[in-house]
Amino acid sequence: MSTPIMRLFATIVLLFAILVFWTSRWSVLGAKDLRDNALNKRPLLAALHVKRGAIKAADGTLLARSVRGPGGTYRRSYPAGSLFGHPVGYAIVALNQLAGIERYRNDELSGQGKSELGSLADQLQGKRQQGDAVITTLDPAAQRIATAQLAATGSPGAVVALDPRTGAVKVMASTPGYDPNQLGQPGVFRRLNAAGSGAPLLDRATQSSYAPGSTFKVITAAAAIDTGKYTPSSVIDGSSPKTISGVPMKNDLGTSYGPISLTAAMTNSVNTVFGQIGEALGKQTMADYMRRFGFYRRPPLDYPADEMLASGERLNGRLLPVTSPQVDVGRMAIGQDKLAVTPLQMAMVVAAIANRGTLMAPHLTDRVVDPDGRTVKRIEPHVAGTPVSPQTAAAVNAMMRTVVESGTGTAVQLPGIQVAGKTGTAEIGTVGANLTQPSFVAFAPADNPRIAIAVTVERSQGGFGGTVAAPIARAVLQSLLQHP
Amino acid sequence: MSARNRELLGLIPASLLVTAGFAAVFIQQGSHQLSNLSLTYGAIFLGLCLAAHVFLRIALPYADPYLFPLVAVLASFGLVVIYRIDDTLARQQAQWFVAGLGLFVATIVFARDYRKLEQYRYLIAAASLALLCLPRLPGIGAQVNGAYLGVRIPGVFIFQPTEFAKIGIVVFLASYLRDTRQLLVAGARRVAGITLPPLKHFGPLLVIWGIAMLLLIVIRDLGSSLMFFGAFLALLYVATSRVSFVVVGLLLFAVGAWYLGTHVPHVVDRVHVWMDPLNAHRYPNVGYQIANSLFAQSDGGLLGRGFGQAFLTLPGGGPLLPAPQTDLIYAVIVNELGLVGAVAVLTTYLLFVQRGFKVALLARDSFSTLLAVGLSAVFGLQVFVIVGGVTNVIPLTGVTLPFISYGGSSLLANFVLLALLLLVSDRARREAEGVR
Repeated sequence: MSTPIMRLFATIVLLFAILVFWTSRWSVLGAKDLRDNALNKRPLLAALHVKRGAIKAADGTLLARSVRGPGGTYRRSYPAGSLFGHPVGYAIVALNQLAGIERYRNDELSGQGKSELGSLADQLQGKRQQGDAVITTLDPAAQRIATAQLAATGSPGAVVALDPRTGAVKVMASTPGYDPNQLGQPGVFRRLNAAGSGAPLLDRATQSSYAPGSTFKVITAAAAIDTGKYTPSSVIDGSSPKTISGVPMKNDLGTSYGPISLTAAMTNSVNTVFGQIGEALGKQTMADYMRRFGFYRRPPLDYPADEMLASGERLNGRLLPVTSPQVDVGRMAIGQDKLAVTPLQMAMVVAAIANRGTLMAPHLTDRVVDPDGRTVKRIEPHVAGTPVSPQTAAAVNAMMRTVVESGTGTAVQLPGIQVAGKTGTAEIGTVGANLTQPSFVAFAPADNPRIAIAVTVERSQGGFGGTVAAPIARAVLQSLLQHP
Repeated sequence: MSARNRELLGLIPASLLVTAGFAAVFIQQGSHQLSNLSLTYGAIFLGLCLAAHVFLRIALPYADPYLFPLVAVLASFGLVVIYRIDDTLARQQAQWFVAGLGLFVATIVFARDYRKLEQYRYLIAAASLALLCLPRLPGIGAQVNGAYLGVRIPGVFIFQPTEFAKIGIVVFLASYLRDTRQLLVAGARRVAGITLPPLKHFGPLLVIWGIAMLLLIVIRDLGSSLMFFGAFLALLYVATSRVSFVVVGLLLFAVGAWYLGTHVPHVVDRVHVWMDPLNAHRYPNVGYQIANSLFAQSDGGLLGRGFGQAFLTLPGGGPLLPAPQTDLIYAVIVNELGLVGAVAVLTTYLLFVQRGFKVALLARDSFSTLLAVGLSAVFGLQVFVIVGGVTNVIPLTGVTLPFISYGGSSLLANFVLLALLLLVSDRARREAEGVR
């Protein structure tokens, strides 16, 4: 009977080999698919037990931290409340809801970015999985001022301020805001998303689309000069009304300026001059320059891509190429037509002008620091593009200074600091409703810019960029320029 | 080195394992009583094993030296894993371990001449079948997940008769086949290219098939039936050397399994879940167990999460991995010790089976050989049925992982199985020695 016994043993060895193969199939070979399966609750449970790293402002102010919950779990606490709700976002791990920096830097914050070997080493040393801290570029004092000033207008709005030399975002404020500490409570998400709530979860700095109004003339002027077709002293007929694209275009208050220089047209925001320039440059040239400044793409910000909107002409919510027959290039050149821009995009435009024609990629994270205090990642400033030449930038810079010195933007003047800016007051809603979208873009100090800023306020009753948005820009600039 | 000294040395890894295992669990729990308790547990365990060893030295000096240490490794490992899941259960399991050692000793003492069992083979067979049917009796039967595998003994525990019945049936088959093996072979005829045993003797085999099928219907558990019928085929093959008998048997079983898999509702569910374990529609009810078994294994990876690191319960208190201490204990092992740990466990089982077969090869009489083969095969098949179920090789059924799963019946019955193997081994090696 010995042969059958050997064969029987071989059969059992074979059966065990099948067990080993199947075990390796689930635990190693096909493990990734199982881990990613939506029914699998383990990754979520594991995330609950991870002490996420803190998120801090540039000055070290704590913006988000993990506090111990029941049973070795952690929950997120946001000491700054609603102030940094939009840029920092939230991490409601139990609901698998993440947004903002919390979402973009989730791998670092939850310690998942480590190599397999690194985490094995930690495991052998008995270390619990712990996330790295993220130090942002945000400035709490200026963020507080921006938020308070926006709230004071009584209308929703947004402010983006960044350092044009590095792209470091100093302020990213959007009102109405929300308190991320309350999001874990049942029903809060539904309430905040409900119609009529004012969309507090929407980050207007990166996701809203506004008609930029005359602030867009910065781009038209830059394109005009950079192509070599115009100089700041080129004289153009500024009479009003003037037929643009077959329809009469008027200046503000219907003022007819007669032949004036490009600089003077900028100072006084003369629509008909820029309408003519837009027509003269043509759709293709305007499209090229808009692309150079970052339009028609999501901004290169270190922020979740689907929480940012690309700027450009939009029809029914979808991007429309400038070259489309449905685009009125003359009216687009003065920031009307179907233009839909984000405050972040407009801040990038003025930042490029301020930085001598070079656009630095905006970023919110300054560095990532591990639990032992070592900096494991630093976001180095990097160039996102050179939309215009340094000469063009210098010329537009000079034109924008006159806007603040003697034009529509005098409300932003700061003692001892020269500011360059541009107002914008887009007409929205039905004709005669007197609803406006006041905007203001600026940078300062004009000769050596350290801050570029874009401010917009939604649906103002007859307000102007120079009267509603410019004072907000002034207060934020003043705060940010206080320390060297 | 004598067999018993080898056995003694073999107990060292077992006690080291139990000490290191408890230490690991204590560290994980952040306990500071580490130094004392884990060593104490290790020492008590080693003490019990030494006592059993001394008994074996006296009672069965020639018995195989590796079987007992292998069981000690498995049992100590099981205790650690159960302790990690629930320390109360581990304490109960430790008591069962002591009781199991007692039954082990009793079996060796009272069944010293195990060949006397042959005289009672029909009684044993009848008793085994009765045991299997017990769970269907109203009032005491306990239905778990649709299968009838347990008998509720109020206030004590749920007795699992299949664990004991498997031994009784192997004893009966070994004895019956010893008598009839010659006749089965000699009278075989070839029908349509297949060698069939003579009808006269084929009849009883058909009866056994019928009983297996009936068991499928009575206890409604595919895994247990597979285990019993597999052991029967293994014995039939070893007794007759005829592959064709096995093929016919497997075909018959397949027909029965197909019928049940398409007609008995809860078996139908199991088969559906087996074919598509991650179906989202079935996940909330019948698919939850196997899906989470697979998720737990994927969480383990190559090296595992480490003792105490697997998630077994939901934050609200519900089970994330159902029955982690019994049916799904293998999933916990993969989760916490990884593929490497799981392969180590499977290897230990395989070594046990290998030693069992070695005993069978050494045995000088047919009954002893068949008994050793049957006990080893049913043991190996039980591991295959439960691990195969947990890894979705076959539909998941409620069989224990021998010596590791929590459960008194399983531990007691497997100690009886071990005692019988050692008895056969002692006689075989004693006779081999005598000849030399």
